[in-house]
Amino acid sequence: MKQAPFEAVHAKEWSEFEAFLDDKKSFDPAEMPSRFRRVSQALALAAQRCYSADLVDRLNRLALRGHHALYVNRRRESGQVLDFMLRGFPRLVRREWRVVAAATLLFFGPLLGFIALLQLYPDFVHYLLSPRQIASFHEMYDPANRRLGMREADTSMMMFGYYIWNNVRIGFQTFAGGMLAGVGTAWFLGANGVIIGAVAGYLTQVGYHETFWSFVAGHSSLELLAIVLSGAAGFKLGLAIIAPGNLTRKAALMAAAKPAVRIMYGAAVMFFAAAFVEAFWSPITEIPFSIKISAGVAGWVVLLAYFAFAGRGRAAR
Amino acid sequence: MLDTTRRVATPEGIELTLRLAGPVPRALAWGIDFLLRAALVLVVAMLAAYFGRAGTGVVLITAFFVEWLLPAWFEARWGGQTPGKRLLGIAVLNDDGTPLRWPGAMTRNLLRAADFLPFFYGVGLITILANRDFKRLGDLAAGTVVVYQSSTAEPARQIPQAAPIPPPVSLHPEEQRAVLELAERSTTLTRERFEELAALPEPLVGRLEGERAAARLLGIANHLAGR
Repeated sequence: MKQAPFEAVHAKEWSEFEAFLDDKKSFDPAEMPSRFRRVSQALALAAQRCYSADLVDRLNRLALRGHHALYVNRRRESGQVLDFMLRGFPRLVRREWRVVAAATLLFFGPLLGFIALLQLYPDFVHYLLSPRQIASFHEMYDPANRRLGMREADTSMMMFGYYIWNNVRIGFQTFAGGMLAGVGTAWFLGANGVIIGAVAGYLTQVGYHETFWSFVAGHSSLELLAIVLSGAAGFKLGLAIIAPGNLTRKAALMAAAKPAVRIMYGAAVMFFAAAFVEAFWSPITEIPFSIKISAGVAGWVVLLAYFAFAGRGRAAR
Repeated sequence: MLDTTRRVATPEGIELTLRLAGPVPRALAWGIDFLLRAALVLVVAMLAAYFGRAGTGVVLITAFFVEWLLPAWFEARWGGQTPGKRLLGIAVLNDDGTPLRWPGAMTRNLLRAADFLPFFYGVGLITILANRDFKRLGDLAAGTVVVYQSSTAEPARQIPQAAPIPPPVSLHPEEQRAVLELAERSTTLTRERFEELAALPEPLVGRLEGERAAARLLGIANHLAGR
């Protein structure tokens, strides 16, 4: 068959298909798959018979749009969000326990290490923080500067915005650093662990422990674990680049990106919750120290129990 | 053959051709998006100025969402396009040619932070230039490509008129396209250069040279264009 009769035979069908893709109901949607197959067949024939490039281009365009229309995934995901937070997320974190353990060591190692070290060798802090930083932390947590009562609500709102802008960004950067073969992630985790450990250790050592720990206790569990999980997601990517196993690096990376991004969904929620607590609960100074610490410890217990036990029992889907 | 394309096999046993978008249109689209994002944050900031410190908080939260989540939202909901991409006529697709969904959109937008390093998308640009699909790191991890949107018909080719000559051998679509595109560009090339190029495809023009080769190639192009 020559090109002109070929075009003439199919012209009506193609224009109907085009009209359907433009949202004009030119035929029953149930016919769509079989019509798409006929367009596909026409494209294959036209290319194989070396018909003109313009016709092949036109059919390619039609087939591509038909392919989009046919294979678009219309699954509703709203119901899955709750299921993910209640079950899927802790399950995922348990399944990826290796990278989570690596990130935990890299972050909490220096953090706890420097808290302990600074109790024994207080002067070591000058290797870690500049005098200006030390002065500003002094001012922030000096019990003598303590204001009584709640700070104003609008300040809390400002700090809420700041914590979201700053802390979640740090989490995302820690994750994205995994693309540099995990080096970026390791750096962000280690550096944050060192700085947080230095500040906490120093303020405890100089005797500001009550103001400092009562401020950080509430949001510490959410925020520190969210950083660790961002790091774990980053390591997941980095590991796929360093040790792709039996896959090509590209395929390994794509396979690793799915669980990694799902961990980031959970981590982002935790960062938001942490920012909320940090802005609206942590600065309240009229609540006694013991209650604040208890609430902080309770947060750790609940969160660790969540990651250890939530989503067990029912068979994993 | 000449264009940067990616061929995708579908379950129907055909191959679709995606036309990949390179760094320049993508950078322009990013620039437009950036200006729109900045404008949005600025407007919120102006309104929020009446609300003091709480307003500052709102501005920061807006900035966060606009910077990290809005592009992903657009790409997942708007057929793989942000406003800038729509203006430039490019779109993000999964690399099997299917439309982009939330996971892919989130992955590639979260990993913009890695592409941005060490400054202003240095890593992203190098990665784009280092692989044949123009993928930045985020695209590699998400399995996505940025392509020219081809839902609208392209303008008809502008080929100088000549008496059509059937080609002596049948040509594959890519070969046809190469001849058509050369004929299309004949007006922008110098005459000498066009004649030189026209003499190259020996199966088509035989031993003809110079002006006669050029005329013959234009004739073949006219035939291929269906005149």
